Amino acid sequence: MRLAVSKPPKPLVSVKDAQLHYRVGSAFSAMRGHSSVVKAVDGVTFEIQKGESVGLLGESGCGKTSMGRLLLKLEEATGGEIEFAGDALSGLKGPALKRYRAKAQLIFQNPFEAVNPRFTIRATLAEPLENAGIPAAEREGRIIEALELVRLPQPQQYLDRYPHQLSGGQLQRVVMARALILQPDFVVADEPVSMLDVSVRAGVLNVFRDVRDRLNLTAIYISHDLALVRYVCERTIVMYLGRIMEDGPTEDIVHEPLHPYTKALVAAVPVPHPDQSHDPLPIGRGAPDPRNPPSGCVFRDRCPLAFDRCAKEAPALRPAGSRKVACHLF
Amino acid sequence: MLDTTLPRPGFVARFFRSLRLPLNDPFAVAGLAIYAIFILTAIFADAIAPYDPTEILYTPNYDLAADLRPGEDGFILGTTSLGRDIFSQIVYGTRSALLIGLTAAFMVALIGSIVGLVSGYFGGWVDALLMRLADVAFGIPFLPFVIVLAAFLEPSIWNVVIAMALVLWRDTGRVIRSQVLTLRSRSYVDAARVSGSSDFKIILRHIAPNILPLSFLYGSIAIGWAILTEASISFLGFGDPQSISWGYMLQDAFASQALAKQAYYWFVPPGVCIILVVSAGFFITRGYENLLFPKLGR
Repeated sequence: MRLAVSKPPKPLVSVKDAQLHYRVGSAFSAMRGHSSVVKAVDGVTFEIQKGESVGLLGESGCGKTSMGRLLLKLEEATGGEIEFAGDALSGLKGPALKRYRAKAQLIFQNPFEAVNPRFTIRATLAEPLENAGIPAAEREGRIIEALELVRLPQPQQYLDRYPHQLSGGQLQRVVMARALILQPDFVVADEPVSMLDVSVRAGVLNVFRDVRDRLNLTAIYISHDLALVRYVCERTIVMYLGRIMEDGPTEDIVHEPLHPYTKALVAAVPVPHPDQSHDPLPIGRGAPDPRNPPSGCVFRDRCPLAFDRCAKEAPALRPAGSRKVACHLF
Repeated sequence: MLDTTLPRPGFVARFFRSLRLPLNDPFAVAGLAIYAIFILTAIFADAIAPYDPTEILYTPNYDLAADLRPGEDGFILGTTSLGRDIFSQIVYGTRSALLIGLTAAFMVALIGSIVGLVSGYFGGWVDALLMRLADVAFGIPFLPFVIVLAAFLEPSIWNVVIAMALVLWRDTGRVIRSQVLTLRSRSYVDAARVSGSSDFKIILRHIAPNILPLSFLYGSIAIGWAILTEASISFLGFGDPQSISWGYMLQDAFASQALAKQAYYWFVPPGVCIILVVSAGFFITRGYENLLFPKLGR
């Protein structure tokens, strides 16, 4: 007898074994066999359902920003397959790519870099509308609407200003408004508050959460800060040296990290609560040279629990309870 | 907020502001003033020059007006051995010098900017191809190349312009490429891509405005080069005998043994004019350099 299993919903974003390898060194050194390859993203697999928000967590250089750039087709994957709503990104060209651009958006890390200093706020926000073929008469209204959505009070007064006349928090709202103005389905937020003063972070984060819920956005939130990811995302993916270490519900990962690396990350967050389990895990100071990662498990040279098998065999991402872990211990 | 409505600047004023002329550098102002005088001379050459520069003139006694000293018979700077008015030649020479200088500069700045933008923005094999072409252009000795070109084509002042355009885009292209490489990695360029802007639109709206001052800088260097080159070519006798230029005057004076005749009034003025225009160009370049690279801090 066949069980009546309800078909799982189709994921909005599906990443299968994505790779982004950079060749380092000149063509000459490649001929002599000296060139090395940096694997910014190396065999990453995950799926995101519609409406889900996922945190991409890891230290600098772990490939989380590269993963975000792959998802937005700012970088072409050197291997694997990335699909958005069933369409492979690698095949998108011309009008199909333009349609994708309207559906998937990026919120940048540094708002001062993300807007052209020669453009007024109006011109900055008009650019996506122009590209989407919105008639000029409607643009002004859409711009005001988007700025109100990100809670910039009295938006009219900002339209003719230049970026340097705005504060960081205001400018980050403009960057968010630009990402949201075409009502996308999918947004990648690359450390959107890391360049802001702590005092305005909460405001921007709340706007992000609020807008996401209101527009039912599917979102990826890239950060090195576990506390921020916990505030914004129900699911977290932990990356290290271009690979996924652990993938599961944020609360489970925070309260009971499985992977030694995740344990170390959680332990690194200062907790102002005496009851929280807090056993710091001693891991080495710095990440290894990404051109020459360790054999087997990439984390083994810093892992206090490494054993023989770790050097021989790279652990696959396997289900462990509510989540997936890439470690031989589980 | 203040509610004073400023009078909208006129088109001419806005154009001059967009050029960002370096008006706070005394050298640059001197250069601009010299250029202004020469440009006015070139525009009103017909009104300023008393004679046609190629016309053979006669004195009131119906003698050939040859080798007259300045002031004799009303010729301001005297006459050549063939009885032509030197002052008129200087005035008309301004016209050809500026024409060559400006068109060559325009071509160099235009080709160099396009090569730099395309090469820097797209990278890959396009970049490799264009930069190897630039290497080839760097390997071509400039003056011999112009002479060969002039020998193959009909002698004309446009040979110099074509030769400049074919060779001198290399420096402009290289420098602008490197600037584009840094601009391309700015995140507002990524933002424009994510917004759905085409490559062409990104280059035109986000990158080109930032390299315009560099194009001006290399253009103004090219003006001086072009005028010097044209003078050298004409002096070597490969110039266009139909059009009067300062280089042609020097060649004429040399061939007519003006030095032996102590006819300084003949070859000093064109030489001074060449020096003035070329150094004025470099003074303006200095001013632009100060604007572009304020950290050099001279």
